[in-house]
Amino acid sequence: MQHAGKTGHARLEDDRLLRGQGRFVDDLDVPDLLHVVFLRSAYAHARIGKIDKSTAEKIVGVHAVLTLADLKEVLTCERLPAATPASAIHFHVDPCILVKDEACYVGEPIAMVVADTRAIAEDAAALIEIDAEILPAVTEIRAGLSSDSPRTRLDQPDNCVARWTIGYGDCESAFAKAAHKISASFELHKGGAIPMEGRGLLARPDPLDGVLTVWDSTQMPHRVKRVLVTTLGLNENQIRVIAPDVGGGFGPKGPVYAEEVAVSAAALLLQKPLKWIEDRYENFISTNQERDQYWDVEGAFDADGRLLGIRGTLLHDHGACTPSGIQLPQNSTTNLIGPYILPTYKLDVSLCLTNKTPTTSTRGAGRPQGTFVMERLLDRMAAKLGIGRDEIRRRNLIPADALPYVTQVLTRDGLPMTYDSGDYPECQRRALEAAGWHDFLARQKAAREKGRWIGLGLSNYVEGTGRGPFETASLRIGPSGKILVASGAASQGQGTSTMLAHIAAKVLGVRPEVIDVTCGDTHAIAMGLGAYASRQTVTAGNALHAASLEIAQKIKQTAAHLLEVSADDLELRDSFVQVKGVASMKKSFGEIAKTLSGNAGFALPGGMKPGLFAAVDFEPPAITYTNGTHLAEVEVDIRTGHIKITRYVIVHDCGNMINPQIVEGQVLGGVVHGISATLFEWIRHDAQGQPLTVSLADYLLPTAHDVPRIEIHHMESPTPLNPLGVKGAAESGTIGAPAAIVSAIEDALAPLKIEISQLPVTPQRLQKLIRKAQAGGSP
Amino acid sequence: MDERIITIEVNGKQYRLKVPVRENLADFLRHRLHLTGTHTGCEHGVCGSCTILLDSRSVRSCLILAVQCDGRSVRTVESLADAAGKLDPLQDAFSRHHALQCGFCTPGVLMTLVELRENADPSEINEDMIREKLSGNLCRCTGYQGMVDAALETLSRPDKRL
Ligand code: FES
Ligand code: FES
Repeated sequence: MQHAGKTGHARLEDDRLLRGQGRFVDDLDVPDLLHVVFLRSAYAHARIGKIDKSTAEKIVGVHAVLTLADLKEVLTCERLPAATPASAIHFHVDPCILVKDEACYVGEPIAMVVADTRAIAEDAAALIEIDAEILPAVTEIRAGLSSDSPRTRLDQPDNCVARWTIGYGDCESAFAKAAHKISASFELHKGGAIPMEGRGLLARPDPLDGVLTVWDSTQMPHRVKRVLVTTLGLNENQIRVIAPDVGGGFGPKGPVYAEEVAVSAAALLLQKPLKWIEDRYENFISTNQERDQYWDVEGAFDADGRLLGIRGTLLHDHGACTPSGIQLPQNSTTNLIGPYILPTYKLDVSLCLTNKTPTTSTRGAGRPQGTFVMERLLDRMAAKLGIGRDEIRRRNLIPADALPYVTQVLTRDGLPMTYDSGDYPECQRRALEAAGWHDFLARQKAAREKGRWIGLGLSNYVEGTGRGPFETASLRIGPSGKILVASGAASQGQGTSTMLAHIAAKVLGVRPEVIDVTCGDTHAIAMGLGAYASRQTVTAGNALHAASLEIAQKIKQTAAHLLEVSADDLELRDSFVQVKGVASMKKSFGEIAKTLSGNAGFALPGGMKPGLFAAVDFEPPAITYTNGTHLAEVEVDIRTGHIKITRYVIVHDCGNMINPQIVEGQVLGGVVHGISATLFEWIRHDAQGQPLTVSLADYLLPTAHDVPRIEIHHMESPTPLNPLGVKGAAESGTIGAPAAIVSAIEDALAPLKIEISQLPVTPQRLQKLIRKAQAGGSP
Repeated sequence: MDERIITIEVNGKQYRLKVPVRENLADFLRHRLHLTGTHTGCEHGVCGSCTILLDSRSVRSCLILAVQCDGRSVRTVESLADAAGKLDPLQDAFSRHHALQCGFCTPGVLMTLVELRENADPSEINEDMIREKLSGNLCRCTGYQGMVDAALETLSRPDKRL
């Protein structure tokens, strides 16, 4: 595949962002703008009685103090119609737009203050008095699933919001005939998304045209619009949602939140433009997170270390509501299989409602945990059998000639999970070679002699990308000659506009810079989905590719009539269509568009259909699977438990790459997110459900000094599932990291026989394990 | 509410304005002067996205009040391109090295690196020093590698580059 600009080809987004001229939602200003601050529950679980707003309302500069009762005038419902369908869910708990009578996590919004400035609104919010009766809180999932647990919500029968079994084959007999078995338990934590820009929106009702415009820091503007249409009872043409520049998303800006509805409703009620900007504290308590999964699993292997089966249980912390169905734990369970042949599988999954912030996908979306479990089982079995960690994987990887490989589980769309293209053994081979796997033993020995504890770890993984059902893209050229692209895709930094411009530019024979791309505006295109599941190059990219081909064809056909030549003799170049090799015989795109926009009463030439406009919905036939191998080299400080990643090598295969530099950026960011989840990020609460990590000082993120230089090598196995042969790349970096790093840490500490079963691996936790091992205790 | 009149130079322009004493410099720049290139990612002094230069030293504008800047001089990201609009070499290198994705952290990162450029000896600037310098700026998108490379290319002497 010919790549668009490996280096030096600036993204279209860069110039304004570099100048400080980005337009993030808090940068937007409109006349008469008022500011919103939410009063949130201070308790994990409480019955809410009388809300006394009288003192707050008297503050100079306060325009309104609103509760659910006040918003009802403009709302059609009290809860957010958020539920993603899932038959395993026993009862849906949609988030409340504002708490009515029961608060179920610290941070749940109860009331809102509208004032001249945010500072005044904050002053006033502190003066609202609430009668609250504190109720017992569910803060731990094992306890929460036991029969004598208090309930997360008083109106629910118990805390087990969903339970199901995933699996296939005869696991019992596999275990009965196994030569080797191992069991393991893991407590896996994954933190929040923590984009540098929090959530936020500006909602402006316009009395002139009756349209409510909402600028929203969201990954899915069309979904926000749909929810607003439903909850506010407006017509589709009365709401426009725009995602302006968005300062990172990574998952949690996909679901719609109560605040988006509440602020929009209040704007309608007061007929004033309102802005709400989430601060970092709110981001830690009210934006969806991932948190805890507890796995108890067993693996059955034959005498050579080939997998016969995996079985066990998974308990998952679902938080206080069900804003996104079960997709997060579902991804964990299916991604466990990875690039391996797993003949039988049985996992019982239970989701526990807790009095904590709801959990939904963050970058990687549950997959790193599933991959972690599989990879740790392989390492442990390799140790037991005394074979190499690379060798046990080679024995279990799906061979290249078995692709497309149909696994025995179904994906969310009901189709069998099918790996479409790739060469997993070769991917591992290249990674081992690039990282110097075969010389490492010697290096490690030499280092150990000097008292240095170094280790090398590896992991293999797949990632389902390009999820449907569809994405839209349109291309329009009017008499101005300007090429206008619109898509339902939305960008939070992925360079989506650049990617789209490159695809259209290549087909139309123009430079990407001359294309005007609009993403994330519901007025620019009627339907769309947006950013989730590493999908936009696959879905929007292919949609635009088809639209561009259609327009290119139409330009040629029209010009063929005008120039009286055959369409086959024409080529597109720099916004002109010309006779090949005869630069003087040409028409500009603008002239073609003008011709096709018609003259009153006259027929269009050659029976052409009007206009240069094409809109395509690309519906991917199935999910396409990206894969990769990660190798991490670490050095452990045996006294402090400090872990330094000294080298990181990736071989990555996401099919054809439109723009390798952007792909690398996505992988890099993903890996660092994965490193961060492995070593740093940890959302903590006390026993009452009070969050303890509510600032960037308590909740650690890696800095430039904490991460190594990351080497990325590419394989390109085009997928047969779409014309561009592309797959997604935005999350895969995150998936392989925890397993590879932990493999490396255990390798470094191999003489101590340490087994790591908890994420994150903080220095304190590791130091404890080391001390225990040194004292001779079993780890 | 308590207010004071302050005189302040921002990006070479003099302002004399009345400000609430509790207003921090970040809000002053963003919402009073409409210089929205300076971002606020935490408002508690950790993320570095609000970094500006105050009398040529990098400062987190969320941690200082506007009134404390009375009589002083501020430079923000908006000052980096030249009068004709040409990007600073550092900005240009950021684009070429894909050092930004969402761009939210970028202005703070740029100002941190400008301080390094103005104060360190180019013959001493290496990757380690740049990573150390950047350790007060959080970026959630890029993994930092692009910005380190852009800084190496622009700020260091060729023999210190990779
Ligand atoms: S906003 Fe100032 S350091 Fe984060
Ligand atoms: S580019 Fe998004 S936070 Fe740095």
